Amino acid sequence: MRAIPALLLALGLAFPAAAQVLEDRPVEFPEKLEIGISTDEIAISSDFRGADLTIFGAIESYDPALLTQGKYDIVVALEGPKDNNTVRVKERVFGIWVNRRSMTFELVPESYSLSSTRDVETIAEPAMLNGVGVGIQHIRLSPVGYLGDGSNLTEFRDAFRRLKESGGFYQKDPGGVQFISASLFKATVKLPASVPNGTHVVRAHLFRDGVFIAEKALPLRVMKTGIEQMISNAAYNNSLAYGAFSVFLALVTGWLASVVYRKD
Amino acid sequence: MNIFIILGMGAAVGFLSGMFGVGGGFLITPLLIFYNIPPIVAVATGANQVVASSVSGALSHFRRGTLDIKLGTVLLAGGLAGATVGIWIFALLRSVGQLDLVISLLYVVLLGTVGTLMLLESIRALRRAATNQPVSLRRPGQHSWVHRLPLKMRFKKSKIYLSVIPVVGLGFGIGILTSIMGVGGGFIMVPAMIYLLRIPTNVVVGTSLFQIIFVTAYTTVVQATTNYSVDIVLAFILMVAGVIGAQYGVRVGQRLRGEQLRALLALLVLAVGARLAIDLVVTPRDLYSVVSEGVYR
Repeated sequence: MRAIPALLLALGLAFPAAAQVLEDRPVEFPEKLEIGISTDEIAISSDFRGADLTIFGAIESYDPALLTQGKYDIVVALEGPKDNNTVRVKERVFGIWVNRRSMTFELVPESYSLSSTRDVETIAEPAMLNGVGVGIQHIRLSPVGYLGDGSNLTEFRDAFRRLKESGGFYQKDPGGVQFISASLFKATVKLPASVPNGTHVVRAHLFRDGVFIAEKALPLRVMKTGIEQMISNAAYNNSLAYGAFSVFLALVTGWLASVVYRKD
Repeated sequence: MNIFIILGMGAAVGFLSGMFGVGGGFLITPLLIFYNIPPIVAVATGANQVVASSVSGALSHFRRGTLDIKLGTVLLAGGLAGATVGIWIFALLRSVGQLDLVISLLYVVLLGTVGTLMLLESIRALRRAATNQPVSLRRPGQHSWVHRLPLKMRFKKSKIYLSVIPVVGLGFGIGILTSIMGVGGGFIMVPAMIYLLRIPTNVVVGTSLFQIIFVTAYTTVVQATTNYSVDIVLAFILMVAGVIGAQYGVRVGQRLRGEQLRALLALLVLAVGARLAIDLVVTPRDLYSVVSEGVYR
């Protein structure tokens, strides 16, 4: 439950940033966005090969005229747990490939699965998408302690997105959001096979005629289960006991072998 | 990860280590790297595996009384200090993104040197056998600079009176290698003890195994707590296959002629080193890489 105030705080912080982009915002939009998922916790076993997560939602206080013209667009993102990520590039030094330059991006999602009514790039202007931070090309990638001239920035950001996409951690599904009645919609986001453990956030964005007007977010806990995850948890949470047990196993194995195969 | 490949790898390296009386850590870690196990995991898991492969050997030396515990303890003091420094270097290299490179480079140098020396030695032995020359035991000068160092101590079991400085220093150097490369280091320690410190050959192997157990055990625990990089399942499969393979390796090794076998092992060691060297030089498929720092976990 501690996630909720944090989430509200995050929303509160996200809005001023969006407002900067929307300087010419005329009035408060009446539309509201509601979403729901059947669970706030997903258990994943070790043979998990990826799955679809369906999110239902509705636009409230919509303008029927705009709706029939198809002016409303919805983008739903499943953001994985965040962490700092370092991108490194190799260069040849005396014939050997060596990691030379690097850039660390602050608190980027480990995974990112996007679903929208149509290609995100056609929904709104890039500046607007950058402001909201939605879309693989537009999520915030701010370097830690960066003092460069900015020319490297594009290089490392592009490399980061490319690596995340080719690794299957970042994916998009233009057309994954479908209206099932006038204002009711269904969004399908993909959980990759390598979905990271931890608290994810389902974040839905409503655009009206290319303008971002509302957002709604829900937390989703992804919990891996099974013996592999138990071992992994032990390695991280009880590392001393884990290390001691590894040594114990080795001692017993070696000792047993010397008893079983003793020659005299 | 295919369990049968890991079993096969462990059994094959165990067989070789039994046949030649080597620990096998210096083959297991590169093989794991070839199998796309991250080097950080390969090194820590390799150290864990060496604990198991050294225990049975050390126990049989202990039973036979060919283990100098006092000398081993002095070596161990240096070894533990070296492993601690090594882990610190390991963490530093990891944070600047040069760990994989340094591990590969060290292996290329180590395997290249050991393989070349072994090959030369076995070729010389083969020539001697061909011309029916008796094996000439070189007797180099009794005393070197090593024996003029202060802080001398008497090791009764080894029947030597030796300064502790080179013993601790040797342990320290091997300890660093254990934590950065995941090897026991017996293949360096044994010749160094025989030729440099002039410790009687009969206690050398048992004593080095004694120190290897403790240094690799310590390294395993420290790797597990600082880098979370010990894979207990992988290590267990390797050690079970390894200790069984070693028993058969010992039997086969006793029946076959040593020189050809040594030459074969030397070629294998050189091949592994060459493969690592090629991987360093060949243009990688992707010049960029991304890692999660794991600071918010």
